Amino acid sequence: MRIIQFREAVCEAMSEEMRRDERVYLMGEEVAEYNGAYKASKGMLDEFGPKRVIDTPIAELGFAGISVGAAMNGLRPIVEFMTFNFSMVAIDQIINNAAKMYQMSGGQLNVPIVFRGPTASAGQLAATHSQAFESWYANCPGLKVVVPADPYDAKGLLKAAIRDEDPVLVMESEQMYGDKGEVPEEEYIIEIGKAKVKRQGTDVTIVSFGKILKVAFAAAEELEKEGISCEVIDLRSVRPIDYDTIIKSVKKTNRCVIVEEAWPLGAISSELTYMIQKRAFDYLDAPVIRVNTADTPAAYSPTLIEEFLPSPEKVIKAIRAVLYKD
Amino acid sequence: MPKKPITKEVYLKWYEDMLFWRRFEDKTSALYIQQKIRGFLHLYNGQEAVLAGSLLAMEHGDKMITAYRNHVQPIGLGEDPRRIMAELMGKVDGTSRGKGGSMHMFSKEHHFYGGHGIVGGQIPLGAGLAFADKYNGKNHVTLTYMGDGAVRQGSFHETMNLAMLWNLPVVFVIENNGYAMGTSVERTANHTEIWKLGLGYEMPCLPVDAMDPVTVYEAMQDAVDRARSGGGPTLIEARTYRYKGHSMSDAQHYRTKEEVAEYQKLDPITIVLDRIKENNYATEEEIETIDQRVKDLVKECVDFAEASPFPDKEELWQHIYVQKDYPFIKE
Repeated sequence: MRIIQFREAVCEAMSEEMRRDERVYLMGEEVAEYNGAYKASKGMLDEFGPKRVIDTPIAELGFAGISVGAAMNGLRPIVEFMTFNFSMVAIDQIINNAAKMYQMSGGQLNVPIVFRGPTASAGQLAATHSQAFESWYANCPGLKVVVPADPYDAKGLLKAAIRDEDPVLVMESEQMYGDKGEVPEEEYIIEIGKAKVKRQGTDVTIVSFGKILKVAFAAAEELEKEGISCEVIDLRSVRPIDYDTIIKSVKKTNRCVIVEEAWPLGAISSELTYMIQKRAFDYLDAPVIRVNTADTPAAYSPTLIEEFLPSPEKVIKAIRAVLYKD
Repeated sequence: MPKKPITKEVYLKWYEDMLFWRRFEDKTSALYIQQKIRGFLHLYNGQEAVLAGSLLAMEHGDKMITAYRNHVQPIGLGEDPRRIMAELMGKVDGTSRGKGGSMHMFSKEHHFYGGHGIVGGQIPLGAGLAFADKYNGKNHVTLTYMGDGAVRQGSFHETMNLAMLWNLPVVFVIENNGYAMGTSVERTANHTEIWKLGLGYEMPCLPVDAMDPVTVYEAMQDAVDRARSGGGPTLIEARTYRYKGHSMSDAQHYRTKEEVAEYQKLDPITIVLDRIKENNYATEEEIETIDQRVKDLVKECVDFAEASPFPDKEELWQHIYVQKDYPFIKE
């Protein structure tokens, strides 16, 4: 199968949907003339012109709100945040307007909008540029939140998001745009809300999503050398969450480790742990253990960011713990 | 477009509409005291000329969006007032099936896009409605309203800039009623000429006496024409006054009774009625007929809303997602 980069998958998804539907446009900082801060919209200005690929000033609140209004009036905007760290200045428009409009209007006005861009850390960028807000957005009814972890999912989930009648956040990573993976030439859509078992195993279930899934895979590969068989589930969507796939796997392996690049309090891992104890209590042979970021702001220095982030070593330690191997 | 003549018919419609809005709001106030309307309740009393003058300048397909002082705007645009009253009482026949309440009125059918509870949050939405009309090559204009408090929000300034940058067919109307809740305009900035905020964006801008629907209409017609002909946005500071508190729970210690009384001498409904009488547009009897019609319609609204049931509990889960089988967490 054809191998392309994550950023090319994103670009293909947007371009195909814009060819298909005149109502779809892309708006954000540097998306047009600069070809995207991370080149995820390379060539799109040339193909679609400035009416549909629209550079903005640095005004996330303004252009996010204008796009919510445009969606209320029949368009299907794709709003790119250079990172979701910057979505904080636009969060009123996402939470109070995009997420609530359909409900507050009693079903009169839906908001078919996509907010996309990279989330979480991307090297030594320190506290303001290293935050993962997936659990914040996932907390809010009215939104859908997907977090692709490879080029195939990036394309299929983004196409689904653009066609969705509800507001969808697509949270990517600066550290994934260069990743390569198999993406078929022919069109496909991935249904939002379905997790995927990306590695089969029997001894422990590792649940993760997004870029940090790489850490889960690294741990699983390392442990395989010792004969420990890890099943790895990529959530792909954190609102809604595909609990059934996780519960089924936990009932098989009887152990679970959750790997999440986010602060621990009120995290996706907290939610998963609740649901696992609720629905698979009698199947558990060990407490669920999670590996999150430290309960601190991210810090700049290499030793500190290493301490902050989940790592294969931390995940291996957690897996050993649920297997009572230490 | 040449200005529409302010005919006898216009005056009589203004009188009946504005009187209805006033009586409707007065009734909601009474229902609030009876606890049949709950939550927050912000009344439009005193500001009616802003809406009356604006509506005359609008054409079919033009849109309106405002903040949470929003009960009468959809009625002015054509929504059934009985359904607005039902929404206020949390009934299933309300415009949002009882899910929006006082601050969140919507009427897509009549181009009223809310009804928004966060101060300033609706300003970019208004520009966005206009953005979509321009994108689709439609010749419509969006009237975007806000209070004097909202102009101190970042959303206002970002939207001013983007609306000019993209030359959007939008009219921004600041309903300056003197107070952001209990904070007077002079306490929110180092200047009080709010309309001048447009100057920094090179946006056409002006203040207008908004106790008189005629002056509102004239400014609004110019602004709507400019937007419709591709001339971009206008910022209008509509200088008005609210006779009631910010909401029902406002003791109004920040202003004097004398000040309110001064503005009551400028009551827009009285201004319009006086002109009707001066010009012999209606006899006393005809005016009484209008008054009775208004009274009857208000009663009809209350009767309709009282008769409508509260929504079933299942309604809580409706209209959150368009997706029909969204898997809500229920455990």
